[in-house]
Amino acid sequence: MGTKQVVVVSVAMLGVATIAQAGPPAGGTVSGKVTYEGTPAKMKPIDMSKEPSCAKMYTTPQLAETVVTGAGNSLENVVVYISAGAPDDAAPSTAAVFNQKGCRYIPHVLAFQVNQELKIQNEDQTSHNIHPLPKINREWNKSQPPGTPPISEKYDKAEIFPVKCNVHPWMHGNFAVLKNSHFAVTGDGGGFSLPNLPPGKYTVTAWHESYGDQTQDVTISGSETKTVNFVFKAKPY
Amino acid sequence: MQNNVHSKFCLNIAIALLLPLGIAAQQADQPAAKPNPHMESHIGDLTGHSEAGARLYYRYCWGCHGARGNGDGENAPYVTPQPRNFTQATFKCRSTPTGTLPLDSDLYNSLVRGFNFTNMPSWIALTAQERADLVAFIKTFSARWVTEKPGTPIPIPAEPKLTVESIKHGGELFQKLECWKCHGQEGRGDGPSAPTLTDSNDQPIRPYNFTTDNRSKCGRTNQDLYRIFMTGLDGTPMPSFADVVKPEDAWDLVHYLRTLQYNNPSPELTLWEGTPEGKTIVAAKKVENTNTGSGVKP
Repeated sequence: MGTKQVVVVSVAMLGVATIAQAGPPAGGTVSGKVTYEGTPAKMKPIDMSKEPSCAKMYTTPQLAETVVTGAGNSLENVVVYISAGAPDDAAPSTAAVFNQKGCRYIPHVLAFQVNQELKIQNEDQTSHNIHPLPKINREWNKSQPPGTPPISEKYDKAEIFPVKCNVHPWMHGNFAVLKNSHFAVTGDGGGFSLPNLPPGKYTVTAWHESYGDQTQDVTISGSETKTVNFVFKAKPY
Repeated sequence: MQNNVHSKFCLNIAIALLLPLGIAAQQADQPAAKPNPHMESHIGDLTGHSEAGARLYYRYCWGCHGARGNGDGENAPYVTPQPRNFTQATFKCRSTPTGTLPLDSDLYNSLVRGFNFTNMPSWIALTAQERADLVAFIKTFSARWVTEKPGTPIPIPAEPKLTVESIKHGGELFQKLECWKCHGQEGRGDGPSAPTLTDSNDQPIRPYNFTTDNRSKCGRTNQDLYRIFMTGLDGTPMPSFADVVKPEDAWDLVHYLRTLQYNNPSPELTLWEGTPEGKTIVAAKKVENTNTGSGVKP
Protein backbone atom coordinates (compact mmCIF):
# COMPACT_ATOMS: atom_id res chain seq x y z
CA MET A 1 0.00 0.00 0.00
CA GLY A 2 2.80 2.36 0.98
CA THR A 3 4.66 1.77 -2.27
CA LYS A 4 1.50 2.42 -4.25
CA GLN A 5 1.08 5.83 -2.65
CA VAL A 6 4.68 6.73 -3.32
CA VAL A 7 4.32 5.71 -6.95
CA VAL A 8 1.13 7.71 -7.33
CA VAL A 9 2.66 10.81 -5.80
CA SER A 10 5.84 10.61 -7.84
CA VAL A 11 3.98 10.10 -11.11
CA ALA A 12 1.64 12.96 -10.26
CA MET A 13 4.62 15.21 -9.56
CA LEU A 14 6.15 14.22 -12.86
CA GLY A 15 2.92 15.25 -14.56
CA VAL A 16 2.92 18.63 -12.83
CA ALA A 17 6.56 19.21 -13.76
CA THR A 18 5.78 18.61 -17.42
CA ILE A 19 2.81 20.95 -17.38
CA ALA A 20 4.68 23.73 -15.59
CA GLN A 21 7.52 23.67 -18.14
CA ALA A 22 7.49 26.99 -20.02
CA GLY A 23 10.44 29.09 -21.04
CA PRO A 24 10.87 32.86 -21.23
CA PRO A 25 9.70 34.42 -24.51
CA ALA A 26 12.40 34.55 -27.17
CA GLY A 27 12.41 34.57 -30.92
CA GLY A 28 12.81 31.26 -32.69
CA THR A 29 10.92 30.75 -35.93
CA VAL A 30 9.57 27.73 -37.70
CA SER A 31 8.96 28.39 -41.37
CA GLY A 32 8.53 26.36 -44.49
CA LYS A 33 6.36 25.53 -47.40
CA VAL A 34 3.45 23.18 -47.96
CA THR A 35 3.38 21.35 -51.26
CA TYR A 36 1.67 18.33 -52.78
CA GLU A 37 2.84 15.44 -54.91
CA GLY A 38 0.70 13.59 -57.39
CA THR A 39 -2.30 14.89 -59.28
CA PRO A 40 -4.91 16.79 -57.33
CA ALA A 41 -8.58 16.55 -58.26
CA LYS A 42 -9.79 19.15 -60.72
CA MET A 43 -12.06 21.57 -58.90
CA LYS A 44 -15.59 21.66 -60.25
CA PRO A 45 -17.14 24.94 -61.36
CA ILE A 46 -19.96 26.13 -59.11
CA ASP A 47 -23.42 26.58 -60.55
CA MET A 48 -24.77 29.70 -58.86
CA SER A 49 -27.71 30.10 -61.24
CA LYS A 50 -30.15 29.49 -58.37
CA GLU A 51 -28.79 32.60 -56.67
CA PRO A 52 -28.82 35.30 -59.39
CA SER A 53 -27.73 38.06 -56.98
CA CYS A 54 -24.42 36.22 -56.54
CA ALA A 55 -24.12 34.71 -60.02
CA LYS A 56 -24.12 38.17 -61.61
CA MET A 57 -21.02 39.14 -59.61
CA TYR A 58 -18.84 36.81 -61.65
CA THR A 59 -17.90 36.72 -65.31
CA THR A 60 -16.10 33.39 -65.06
CA PRO A 61 -17.34 30.29 -63.23
CA GLN A 62 -16.15 30.06 -59.64
CA LEU A 63 -14.37 26.89 -58.61
CA ALA A 64 -14.80 24.85 -55.45
CA GLU A 65 -11.99 25.43 -52.94
CA THR A 66 -11.56 22.02 -51.33
CA VAL A 67 -8.10 21.88 -52.96
CA VAL A 68 -6.39 25.13 -54.02
CA THR A 69 -2.95 24.83 -55.56
CA GLY A 70 -0.40 27.27 -56.92
CA ALA A 71 2.88 27.44 -58.78
CA GLY A 72 5.54 24.89 -57.82
CA ASN A 73 2.99 22.39 -56.47
CA SER A 74 2.23 24.73 -53.57
CA LEU A 75 -0.83 23.95 -51.49
CA GLU A 76 -3.04 26.70 -50.09
CA ASN A 77 -5.55 26.71 -47.23
CA VAL A 78 -3.39 24.52 -45.03
CA VAL A 79 -3.53 25.32 -41.30
CA VAL A 80 -0.04 25.01 -39.82
CA TYR A 81 0.03 25.23 -36.04
CA ILE A 82 1.96 24.23 -32.95
CA SER A 83 -0.05 21.30 -31.63
CA ALA A 84 2.21 20.40 -28.72
CA GLY A 85 5.00 22.04 -26.75
CA ALA A 86 3.57 25.55 -26.52
CA PRO A 87 1.43 26.71 -23.60
CA ASP A 88 -2.16 27.75 -24.23
CA ASP A 89 -2.45 31.46 -24.98
CA ALA A 90 -5.12 33.89 -23.87
CA ALA A 91 -7.38 34.97 -26.71
CA PRO A 92 -6.38 38.22 -28.44
CA SER A 93 -8.75 41.18 -28.17
CA THR A 94 -9.10 41.48 -31.94
CA ALA A 95 -11.88 39.56 -33.63
CA ALA A 96 -11.37 36.98 -36.36
CA VAL A 97 -13.53 38.03 -39.30
CA PHE A 98 -15.39 35.60 -41.53
CA ASN A 99 -17.02 37.22 -44.52
CA GLN A 100 -19.74 36.08 -46.89
CA LYS A 101 -19.33 37.79 -50.23
CA GLY A 102 -20.52 36.68 -53.63
CA CYS A 103 -21.85 33.52 -52.00
CA ARG A 104 -18.30 32.54 -51.07
CA TYR A 105 -16.62 32.34 -47.71
CA ILE A 106 -13.68 34.71 -47.28
CA PRO A 107 -11.40 33.26 -46.12
CA HIS A 108 -12.16 29.68 -47.03
CA VAL A 109 -10.25 28.54 -43.95
CA LEU A 110 -10.31 30.80 -40.90
CA ALA A 111 -7.98 30.03 -38.00
CA PHE A 112 -8.48 31.71 -34.65
CA GLN A 113 -7.97 31.03 -30.97
CA VAL A 114 -10.08 29.45 -28.28
CA ASN A 115 -12.41 32.11 -26.83
CA GLN A 116 -11.38 34.68 -29.45
CA GLU A 117 -14.27 36.71 -30.84
CA LEU A 118 -15.46 35.43 -34.19
CA LYS A 119 -17.25 38.02 -36.30
CA ILE A 120 -19.35 36.74 -39.18
CA GLN A 121 -20.64 39.26 -41.69
CA ASN A 122 -22.85 39.09 -44.76
CA GLU A 123 -22.01 41.48 -47.59
CA ASP A 124 -24.42 39.79 -50.00
CA GLN A 125 -27.88 40.81 -51.12
CA THR A 126 -29.22 37.43 -50.11
CA SER A 127 -29.88 35.63 -46.83
CA HIS A 128 -27.31 33.13 -45.68
CA ASN A 129 -27.50 30.72 -42.81
CA ILE A 130 -24.24 30.10 -41.00
CA HIS A 131 -24.08 26.53 -39.85
CA PRO A 132 -20.74 25.45 -38.37
CA LEU A 133 -20.60 21.70 -37.71
CA PRO A 134 -18.36 21.09 -34.68
CA LYS A 135 -18.39 17.81 -32.78
CA ILE A 136 -16.76 18.95 -29.53
CA ASN A 137 -18.03 22.52 -29.39
CA ARG A 138 -21.68 23.59 -29.44
CA GLU A 139 -23.47 23.32 -32.75
CA TRP A 140 -25.64 26.30 -33.69
CA ASN A 141 -27.23 27.53 -36.89
CA LYS A 142 -28.19 31.16 -37.49
CA SER A 143 -29.86 33.04 -40.29
CA GLN A 144 -28.20 36.25 -41.51
CA PRO A 145 -30.32 38.25 -43.96
CA PRO A 146 -28.70 41.08 -45.95
CA GLY A 147 -28.02 44.26 -44.01
CA THR A 148 -28.12 42.64 -40.57
CA PRO A 149 -25.28 43.27 -38.11
CA PRO A 150 -22.37 40.84 -37.83
CA ILE A 151 -22.88 37.71 -35.74
CA SER A 152 -20.50 37.56 -32.80
CA GLU A 153 -19.60 34.14 -31.46
CA LYS A 154 -16.75 32.27 -29.83
CA TYR A 155 -15.69 28.68 -29.28
CA ASP A 156 -14.30 27.46 -25.97
CA LYS A 157 -12.62 24.24 -27.16
CA ALA A 158 -9.90 23.57 -29.72
CA GLU A 159 -11.32 21.88 -32.82
CA ILE A 160 -11.19 22.07 -36.62
CA PHE A 161 -14.56 21.71 -38.31
CA PRO A 162 -16.51 22.58 -41.45
CA VAL A 163 -18.91 25.50 -41.87
CA LYS A 164 -21.70 25.53 -44.38
CA CYS A 165 -24.66 27.48 -45.65
CA ASN A 166 -27.62 25.18 -46.15
CA VAL A 167 -29.35 27.63 -48.48
CA HIS A 168 -26.37 27.73 -50.85
CA PRO A 169 -24.92 24.21 -50.77
CA TRP A 170 -21.71 25.18 -52.57
CA MET A 171 -20.77 27.47 -49.69
CA HIS A 172 -18.38 25.47 -47.61
CA GLY A 173 -15.54 26.60 -45.37
CA ASN A 174 -13.60 25.62 -42.28
CA PHE A 175 -12.98 27.00 -38.82
CA ALA A 176 -9.77 26.06 -37.02
CA VAL A 177 -10.09 26.87 -33.32
CA LEU A 178 -6.58 26.67 -31.86
CA LYS A 179 -5.12 26.78 -28.37
CA ASN A 180 -2.18 29.09 -28.91
CA SER A 181 -1.22 32.02 -31.10
CA HIS A 182 1.38 30.10 -33.13
CA PHE A 183 -0.49 29.28 -36.33
CA ALA A 184 -0.70 30.24 -39.98
CA VAL A 185 -2.90 29.41 -42.95
CA THR A 186 -1.00 28.99 -46.20
CA GLY A 187 -1.93 31.31 -49.03
CA ASP A 188 -0.52 31.87 -52.48
CA GLY A 189 2.85 30.07 -52.63
CA GLY A 190 2.09 27.68 -49.77
CA GLY A 191 4.58 29.31 -47.40
CA PHE A 192 4.14 29.77 -43.67
CA SER A 193 6.06 31.22 -40.76
CA LEU A 194 5.49 30.70 -37.05
CA PRO A 195 7.63 33.33 -35.27
CA ASN A 196 8.29 34.15 -31.59
CA LEU A 197 8.74 30.58 -30.41
CA PRO A 198 10.61 30.33 -27.10
CA PRO A 199 13.28 27.59 -26.92
CA GLY A 200 11.70 24.18 -26.60
CA LYS A 201 10.53 21.06 -28.33
CA TYR A 202 7.47 21.52 -30.51
CA THR A 203 5.16 19.46 -32.62
CA VAL A 204 4.07 21.24 -35.78
CA THR A 205 0.85 20.04 -37.37
CA ALA A 206 -0.29 20.82 -40.91
CA TRP A 207 -3.98 20.25 -41.62
CA HIS A 208 -5.68 20.22 -44.99
CA GLU A 209 -9.42 19.67 -45.38
CA SER A 210 -9.07 17.05 -48.13
CA TYR A 211 -5.65 15.54 -47.42
CA GLY A 212 -5.78 15.20 -43.64
CA ASP A 213 -3.00 16.16 -41.27
CA GLN A 214 0.72 15.60 -40.78
CA THR A 215 3.01 16.36 -37.87
CA GLN A 216 6.72 17.04 -37.50
CA ASP A 217 8.78 17.62 -34.39
CA VAL A 218 11.15 20.54 -34.19
CA THR A 219 13.46 21.87 -31.48
CA ILE A 220 14.11 25.57 -31.07
CA SER A 221 17.19 26.45 -29.01
CA GLY A 222 17.53 30.21 -29.56
CA SER A 223 16.50 32.76 -32.12
CA GLU A 224 17.21 30.60 -35.15
CA THR A 225 14.81 29.83 -38.00
CA LYS A 226 14.10 26.17 -38.51
CA THR A 227 12.74 25.00 -41.83
CA VAL A 228 9.90 22.49 -41.78
CA ASN A 229 8.30 21.51 -45.06
CA PHE A 230 5.16 19.46 -45.51
CA VAL A 231 4.34 17.38 -48.58
CA PHE A 232 0.79 16.09 -48.94
CA LYS A 233 -0.13 13.25 -51.23
CA ALA A 234 -2.75 14.57 -53.61
CA LYS A 235 -5.82 12.45 -54.26
CA PRO A 236 -7.06 12.46 -57.86
CA TYR A 237 -10.74 12.35 -56.81
CA MET B 1 -7.78 -17.37 -3.96
CA GLN B 2 -4.40 -15.96 -3.09
CA ASN B 3 -3.60 -15.71 -6.74
CA ASN B 4 -6.76 -13.72 -7.25
CA VAL B 5 -5.89 -11.26 -4.52
CA HIS B 6 -2.45 -10.83 -6.01
CA SER B 7 -3.69 -10.10 -9.51
CA LYS B 8 -6.23 -7.67 -8.12
CA PHE B 9 -3.42 -5.89 -6.26
CA CYS B 10 -1.31 -5.70 -9.41
CA LEU B 11 -4.26 -4.28 -11.29
CA ASN B 12 -4.74 -1.63 -8.64
CA ILE B 13 -1.13 -0.57 -8.97
CA ALA B 14 -1.40 -0.50 -12.74
CA ILE B 15 -4.50 1.70 -12.51
CA ALA B 16 -2.83 3.93 -9.95
CA LEU B 17 0.14 4.31 -12.29
CA LEU B 18 -1.99 5.09 -15.30
CA LEU B 19 -4.44 7.40 -13.60
CA PRO B 20 -2.26 10.49 -13.09
CA LEU B 21 -0.90 10.14 -16.60
CA GLY B 22 -4.42 10.02 -17.95
CA ILE B 23 -5.35 13.13 -16.01
CA ALA B 24 -2.27 14.97 -17.25
CA ALA B 25 -3.07 14.06 -20.84
CA GLN B 26 -6.60 15.31 -20.42
CA GLN B 27 -5.43 18.56 -18.91
CA ALA B 28 -3.22 19.10 -21.91
CA ASP B 29 -6.06 18.26 -24.27
CA GLN B 30 -9.70 18.62 -23.22
CA PRO B 31 -10.93 19.25 -19.69
CA ALA B 32 -12.09 15.98 -18.19
CA ALA B 33 -15.86 15.85 -18.36
CA LYS B 34 -17.79 12.64 -18.19
CA PRO B 35 -21.52 12.08 -18.41
CA ASN B 36 -23.12 11.79 -15.01
CA PRO B 37 -24.96 8.47 -14.62
CA HIS B 38 -27.21 9.96 -11.93
CA MET B 39 -29.33 12.75 -13.34
CA GLU B 40 -32.61 14.32 -12.37
CA SER B 41 -35.22 16.12 -14.41
CA HIS B 42 -37.62 18.76 -13.16
CA ILE B 43 -40.86 19.33 -15.01
CA GLY B 44 -43.37 21.34 -13.02
CA ASP B 45 -43.90 19.45 -9.77
CA LEU B 46 -42.41 16.26 -11.18
CA THR B 47 -38.90 15.09 -10.44
CA GLY B 48 -37.58 12.40 -12.75
CA HIS B 49 -34.77 10.01 -11.80
CA SER B 50 -32.40 8.46 -14.30
CA GLU B 51 -32.27 5.15 -12.41
CA ALA B 52 -36.00 4.68 -12.96
CA GLY B 53 -35.70 6.04 -16.51
CA ALA B 54 -33.03 3.47 -17.38
CA ARG B 55 -35.46 0.59 -16.90
CA LEU B 56 -37.98 2.27 -19.20
CA TYR B 57 -35.32 3.20 -21.76
CA TYR B 58 -34.10 -0.39 -22.05
CA ARG B 59 -37.63 -1.50 -22.60
CA TYR B 60 -39.08 1.12 -24.96
CA CYS B 61 -36.30 3.25 -26.47
CA TRP B 62 -33.10 1.36 -27.10
CA GLY B 63 -34.45 -0.52 -30.13
CA CYS B 64 -33.98 2.68 -32.10
CA HIS B 65 -31.80 4.95 -29.95
CA GLY B 66 -29.32 2.18 -29.09
CA ALA B 67 -27.93 0.75 -25.88
CA ARG B 68 -25.47 3.63 -25.56
CA GLY B 69 -27.92 6.28 -26.67
CA ASN B 70 -25.99 7.07 -29.83
CA GLY B 71 -28.87 6.36 -32.19
CA ASP B 72 -27.59 3.02 -33.47
CA GLY B 73 -30.26 0.65 -32.16
CA GLU B 74 -31.05 -2.45 -34.17
CA ASN B 75 -34.03 -0.73 -35.81
CA ALA B 76 -32.04 2.34 -36.72
CA PRO B 77 -31.07 1.26 -40.27
CA TYR B 78 -34.77 1.00 -41.10
CA VAL B 79 -35.65 4.40 -39.74
CA THR B 80 -35.54 7.79 -41.44
CA PRO B 81 -34.84 10.38 -40.21
CA GLN B 82 -32.23 8.63 -38.05
CA PRO B 83 -33.02 8.16 -34.36
CA ARG B 84 -31.62 10.95 -32.19
CA ASN B 85 -28.05 10.47 -30.99
CA PHE B 86 -28.27 11.51 -27.34
CA THR B 87 -24.49 11.58 -26.90
CA GLN B 88 -24.38 14.78 -29.00
CA ALA B 89 -27.08 16.44 -26.87
CA THR B 90 -28.28 18.39 -29.90
CA PHE B 91 -32.07 18.67 -30.01
CA LYS B 92 -34.48 20.00 -32.60
CA CYS B 93 -37.38 21.06 -30.43
CA ARG B 94 -36.25 23.55 -27.83
CA SER B 95 -37.54 26.71 -26.22
CA THR B 96 -33.90 27.79 -25.79
CA PRO B 97 -31.56 29.60 -28.23
CA THR B 98 -29.67 27.73 -30.94
CA GLY B 99 -26.56 25.97 -29.65
CA THR B 100 -27.87 25.62 -26.09
CA LEU B 101 -29.31 22.69 -24.19
CA PRO B 102 -33.11 22.40 -24.05
CA LEU B 103 -35.12 22.65 -20.87
CA ASP B 104 -36.27 19.40 -19.25
CA SER B 105 -39.79 20.42 -20.18
CA ASP B 106 -38.79 20.67 -23.86
CA LEU B 107 -37.66 17.04 -23.86
CA TYR B 108 -40.72 16.04 -21.85
CA ASN B 109 -43.02 17.74 -24.35
CA SER B 110 -41.27 15.95 -27.21
CA LEU B 111 -42.05 12.64 -25.50
CA VAL B 112 -45.69 13.65 -25.09
CA ARG B 113 -45.98 14.85 -28.68
CA GLY B 114 -43.84 12.42 -30.63
CA PHE B 115 -42.46 13.61 -33.95
CA ASN B 116 -44.77 13.68 -36.91
CA PHE B 117 -43.42 12.25 -40.15
CA THR B 118 -40.89 10.17 -38.22
CA ASN B 119 -40.84 6.82 -36.41
CA MET B 120 -40.92 8.52 -33.03
CA PRO B 121 -44.39 7.99 -31.59
CA SER B 122 -46.15 9.92 -28.87
CA TRP B 123 -45.41 8.38 -25.46
CA ILE B 124 -48.73 9.44 -24.06
CA ALA B 125 -49.32 5.88 -22.86
CA LEU B 126 -46.62 6.25 -20.21
CA THR B 127 -47.34 8.07 -16.98
CA ALA B 128 -46.11 11.61 -16.50
CA GLN B 129 -43.65 10.34 -13.89
CA GLU B 130 -42.29 7.76 -16.33
CA ARG B 131 -41.75 10.40 -19.00
CA ALA B 132 -39.94 12.59 -16.46
CA ASP B 133 -37.74 9.61 -15.51
CA LEU B 134 -36.90 9.04 -19.19
CA VAL B 135 -35.91 12.69 -19.60
CA ALA B 136 -33.55 12.31 -16.64
CA PHE B 137 -32.04 9.18 -18.14
CA ILE B 138 -31.51 10.75 -21.58
CA LYS B 139 -29.35 13.34 -19.82
CA THR B 140 -26.91 10.62 -18.70
CA PHE B 141 -25.62 10.12 -22.25
CA SER B 142 -23.76 13.40 -22.70
CA ALA B 143 -21.27 15.30 -20.55
CA ARG B 144 -22.85 18.50 -21.88
CA TRP B 145 -25.54 18.00 -19.23
CA VAL B 146 -22.75 18.19 -16.63
CA THR B 147 -20.71 21.07 -18.05
CA GLU B 148 -23.48 23.28 -19.45
CA LYS B 149 -26.77 24.69 -18.27
CA PRO B 150 -29.88 24.82 -20.48
CA GLY B 151 -30.27 28.10 -22.36
CA THR B 152 -32.64 30.87 -21.31
CA PRO B 153 -35.91 30.33 -23.18
CA ILE B 154 -36.64 32.80 -25.96
CA PRO B 155 -39.57 34.87 -24.66
CA ILE B 156 -42.78 34.70 -26.65
CA PRO B 157 -44.84 37.87 -26.23
CA ALA B 158 -48.63 37.77 -26.29
CA GLU B 159 -50.02 37.23 -29.75
CA PRO B 160 -51.27 40.49 -31.28
CA LYS B 161 -54.66 40.74 -32.94
CA LEU B 162 -54.94 38.92 -36.22
CA THR B 163 -55.38 41.28 -39.18
CA VAL B 164 -55.11 41.05 -42.95
CA GLU B 165 -52.20 43.51 -42.74
CA SER B 166 -50.43 41.16 -40.38
CA ILE B 167 -50.80 38.27 -42.84
CA LYS B 168 -49.61 40.44 -45.74
CA HIS B 169 -46.61 41.69 -43.81
CA GLY B 170 -45.81 38.10 -42.86
CA GLY B 171 -45.86 37.24 -46.55
CA GLU B 172 -43.34 40.02 -47.23
CA LEU B 173 -41.11 38.63 -44.49
CA PHE B 174 -41.39 35.14 -45.99
CA GLN B 175 -39.85 36.69 -49.13
CA LYS B 176 -37.36 38.94 -47.38
CA LEU B 177 -36.01 36.27 -45.06
CA GLU B 178 -35.96 33.89 -48.03
CA CYS B 179 -37.87 31.13 -46.26
CA TRP B 180 -38.96 30.07 -49.75
CA LYS B 181 -35.40 29.09 -50.71
CA CYS B 182 -36.06 25.83 -48.86
CA HIS B 183 -39.78 25.78 -48.09
CA GLY B 184 -40.87 26.87 -51.59
CA GLN B 185 -42.95 29.87 -52.66
CA GLU B 186 -46.16 28.03 -51.77
CA GLY B 187 -44.70 26.38 -48.67
CA ARG B 188 -44.63 22.93 -50.21
CA GLY B 189 -41.09 22.18 -49.06
CA ASP B 190 -39.88 22.34 -52.67
CA GLY B 191 -37.72 25.47 -52.80
CA PRO B 192 -34.60 25.62 -54.98
CA SER B 193 -32.30 24.55 -52.12
CA ALA B 194 -34.60 21.78 -50.86
CA PRO B 195 -33.07 18.85 -52.81
CA THR B 196 -29.59 19.63 -51.49
CA LEU B 197 -30.41 19.73 -47.79
CA THR B 198 -28.73 17.38 -45.34
CA ASP B 199 -28.82 17.22 -41.56
CA SER B 200 -25.69 17.45 -39.43
CA ASN B 201 -25.09 13.71 -39.86
CA ASP B 202 -25.05 14.16 -43.65
CA GLN B 203 -28.41 12.47 -44.06
CA PRO B 204 -30.87 13.93 -46.57
CA ILE B 205 -33.62 15.93 -44.89
CA ARG B 206 -36.75 17.58 -46.28
CA PRO B 207 -37.97 21.03 -45.38
CA TYR B 208 -41.43 21.13 -43.83
CA ASN B 209 -44.30 21.05 -46.32
CA PHE B 210 -46.89 23.47 -44.95
CA THR B 211 -49.61 22.31 -47.32
CA THR B 212 -49.93 18.78 -45.93
CA ASP B 213 -51.48 19.74 -42.60
CA ASN B 214 -50.63 21.57 -39.39
CA ARG B 215 -48.50 18.92 -37.75
CA SER B 216 -45.02 20.38 -37.64
CA LYS B 217 -42.55 18.34 -35.61
CA CYS B 218 -42.18 20.71 -32.69
CA GLY B 219 -45.84 21.41 -32.00
CA ARG B 220 -48.87 22.76 -33.76
CA THR B 221 -49.93 25.89 -31.88
CA ASN B 222 -49.14 29.43 -32.99
CA GLN B 223 -46.70 29.68 -30.09
CA ASP B 224 -44.96 26.54 -31.35
CA LEU B 225 -44.61 28.00 -34.85
CA TYR B 226 -43.18 31.21 -33.38
CA ARG B 227 -40.73 29.21 -31.28
CA ILE B 228 -39.60 26.99 -34.16
CA PHE B 229 -38.20 29.75 -36.36
CA MET B 230 -36.86 31.76 -33.45
CA THR B 231 -34.89 28.88 -31.92
CA GLY B 232 -34.12 27.04 -35.14
CA LEU B 233 -34.03 23.25 -35.22
CA ASP B 234 -30.50 22.34 -34.14
CA GLY B 235 -28.86 19.57 -36.11
CA THR B 236 -30.89 20.46 -39.22
CA PRO B 237 -30.58 23.15 -41.92
CA MET B 238 -33.31 25.23 -40.21
CA PRO B 239 -31.48 28.21 -38.68
CA SER B 240 -32.45 30.46 -35.81
CA PHE B 241 -34.00 33.82 -36.74
CA ALA B 242 -33.97 35.12 -33.16
CA ASP B 243 -31.32 37.78 -33.85
CA VAL B 244 -32.86 39.05 -37.08
CA VAL B 245 -36.64 39.04 -36.58
CA LYS B 246 -38.39 41.43 -34.20
CA PRO B 247 -41.12 39.88 -32.01
CA GLU B 248 -43.95 41.77 -33.73
CA ASP B 249 -42.63 40.71 -37.13
CA ALA B 250 -42.39 37.14 -35.92
CA TRP B 251 -46.09 37.08 -35.12
CA ASP B 252 -46.88 38.43 -38.61
CA LEU B 253 -44.86 35.58 -40.04
CA VAL B 254 -46.79 33.06 -37.92
CA HIS B 255 -50.07 34.46 -39.26
CA TYR B 256 -48.83 34.17 -42.83
CA LEU B 257 -47.50 30.62 -42.36
CA ARG B 258 -50.97 29.51 -41.24
CA THR B 259 -52.40 30.62 -44.59
CA LEU B 260 -49.93 28.29 -46.32
CA GLN B 261 -51.57 25.39 -44.48
CA TYR B 262 -54.58 25.55 -46.77
CA ASN B 263 -55.71 22.05 -45.80
CA ASN B 264 -55.89 23.06 -42.17
CA PRO B 265 -58.77 25.29 -41.08
CA SER B 266 -57.50 28.18 -38.99
CA PRO B 267 -58.65 31.72 -38.12
CA GLU B 268 -55.78 33.00 -40.25
CA LEU B 269 -56.86 30.99 -43.29
CA THR B 270 -60.50 32.00 -42.87
CA LEU B 271 -59.59 35.68 -42.67
CA TRP B 272 -57.23 35.41 -45.65
CA GLU B 273 -59.77 33.58 -47.80
CA GLY B 274 -62.25 36.29 -46.91
CA THR B 275 -60.23 38.83 -48.89
CA PRO B 276 -60.38 38.79 -52.71
CA GLU B 277 -56.59 38.62 -52.93
CA GLY B 278 -56.30 35.79 -50.43
CA LYS B 279 -59.16 33.86 -51.99
CA THR B 280 -57.44 33.84 -55.40
CA ILE B 281 -54.09 32.84 -53.93
CA VAL B 282 -55.48 29.98 -51.84
CA ALA B 283 -57.70 28.73 -54.67
CA ALA B 284 -54.72 28.65 -57.04
CA LYS B 285 -52.83 26.46 -54.59
CA LYS B 286 -55.41 23.74 -54.34
CA VAL B 287 -54.26 20.78 -56.35
CA GLU B 288 -56.75 18.06 -57.17
CA ASN B 289 -56.13 14.54 -58.40
CA THR B 290 -52.41 14.25 -57.81
CA ASN B 291 -51.01 10.74 -58.20
CA THR B 292 -50.55 10.16 -54.54
CA GLY B 293 -53.47 12.21 -53.36
CA SER B 294 -51.06 14.22 -51.28
CA GLY B 295 -51.81 17.50 -53.00
CA VAL B 296 -48.12 17.86 -53.68
CA LYS B 297 -47.59 19.19 -57.18
CA PRO B 298 -45.73 16.74 -59.38
